[in-house]
Amino acid sequence: MATASTSFGVFFDRPGRPAGLLGRGLSLALLVAGYSLLCWLAFSKSIQNWEGVLDYRVTFWNGWMNTIRISAAALVLSTLIGMVTALARRSPFLPLRYTAVAYVETVRGLPLVVLVLFGFYGVANALGWQDRVAVGIGILSLFSGAYIAEMIRAGIDSVGRSQWDSARAIGLGTVQTYRLVVLPQVARQTLPPLAGQFSSIIKDSSLLYIIGIPELTFAANQVNSATYSTFESFVPLGVCYLALTLPVSLLSKWLERRTRYET
Amino acid sequence: MRVSLDGVVKAFGPQRVLDRVVWEADFEHALALIGPSGGGKSTLMRLLAGLDTPDEGRVMVDGKALPVDEGALRAYRRGTGIVFQSFNLFPHLSALENVILPLVHVHGMGRREAEGVAASFLERFRLAGHGHKQPALLSGGQRQRVAIARALAHSPGLLLLDEPTSALDPEMTSEVLDVIAELRDSGQRIVLVTHEMGFARHTADVVAFVDGGGILESGAAAEFFGNPKKPETARFLEKILKY
Ligand SMILES: Nc1ncnc2c1ncn2[C@@H]1O[C@H](COP(=O)(O)OP(=O)(O)O)[C@@H](O)[C@H]1O
Ligand SMILES: [Mg+2]
Repeated sequence: MATASTSFGVFFDRPGRPAGLLGRGLSLALLVAGYSLLCWLAFSKSIQNWEGVLDYRVTFWNGWMNTIRISAAALVLSTLIGMVTALARRSPFLPLRYTAVAYVETVRGLPLVVLVLFGFYGVANALGWQDRVAVGIGILSLFSGAYIAEMIRAGIDSVGRSQWDSARAIGLGTVQTYRLVVLPQVARQTLPPLAGQFSSIIKDSSLLYIIGIPELTFAANQVNSATYSTFESFVPLGVCYLALTLPVSLLSKWLERRTRYET
Repeated sequence: MRVSLDGVVKAFGPQRVLDRVVWEADFEHALALIGPSGGGKSTLMRLLAGLDTPDEGRVMVDGKALPVDEGALRAYRRGTGIVFQSFNLFPHLSALENVILPLVHVHGMGRREAEGVAASFLERFRLAGHGHKQPALLSGGQRQRVAIARALAHSPGLLLLDEPTSALDPEMTSEVLDVIAELRDSGQRIVLVTHEMGFARHTADVVAFVDGGGILESGAAAEFFGNPKKPETARFLEKILKY
């Protein structure tokens, strides 16, 4: 034990003795080299057709842009749905409140695949809606809206009774109280998880490939079928998703830290 | 100013906190409500503030019964100022914005004018230079003074203070009490719930003892403290003044 911790001591990061720059840099370099070597040994025979896949870069690009567009639209729409649902859940009008509860609980209890299949082959077909992308955005928004409604509801619940009392005491009406007192506090609370939800939407949008929406996963799948180059198609696929989700997740962490310091 | 309760009942479940209270108080400057914790002081304050309505009976201020529907009550509340014991301020707004908000959104004042009024109130309560800070960055005493500034900025006829110093340490308590005494001397009408007996004695014209489902005793401050008539009052004063 004693020898191990002296010779490998540089790699340890402990509360009393944090790792130095050398330890961190060396760890990273060794791991990158090690895992790369491992991948190369295992897969180098299967990865030979980068040129073939490169021909399809436009397909990738279009898919990626579609994923971004669909996710952004779904984020905006599901935030609206979430807000309306969260308010409806607090409505004194019971039919409205129950509708909101039923929507949230149903959607949160179903896998997204089920919603996509049912929404597209069931509902959209029956109603004659042809626009796949619009239907896809709608399904994704309904799915994500249920989760956002819960985030906003938690945010509203976290605004204490004394805030409502203070708002009434100074003479604000209900709508003013929501607009000037409650929602600004909810927004600050909800922004970090909302950014996290954006990352979920981006990932979840990949499921839309099963109804033939030409987003990123659909594109990669297409390239794979055309070139028979699985790795060369799916490695860029992963990289493209990470290029979107990592910054969003960093943003969420940053927002979370900022909110924590402020309160 | 005259405050009266006419057969007022306020119950929470089976517990009748105010049980057919008939009471009247005439005071020029300040009325103090005292009594043990859980005695019903805040319940009475919330009725006087128009934040709650009695289950039975009427609350009258200057001979007029307070309304019972929320719209009319809101209009009534616009003519009062209220400060609670605990955290009153909106945490997402700076001290100055806290004072400005009701001026602009409730009292229809223009933004520029409201800024001026709010700044002058903060200055009056020795908060100049703190206006840009969020409540979390202020001390407890500073927060309560901002809350008082917010309650006063629209010049309400009546200021209601429910234990404004109970959450504060002694030094901050005297900061806030100084401000209240100054307000009283400048003619502001005040109803105050407090455990600071010395302060109640010096500041209030009339003191009322709230417990046991109603007002057990009330009267002019000097007499109330000097010669309490009910044994319950005497016992309470003895206990609270022991140390
Ligand atoms: N909103 C409420 N719901 C239930 N019980 C309450 C409520 N407000 C007050 N009470 C009860 O009424 C009694 C009087 O409370 P309160 O008026 O706050 O007393 P005080 O301010 O004198 O300490 C207490 O027993 C308290 O538990
Ligand atoms: Mg109380």
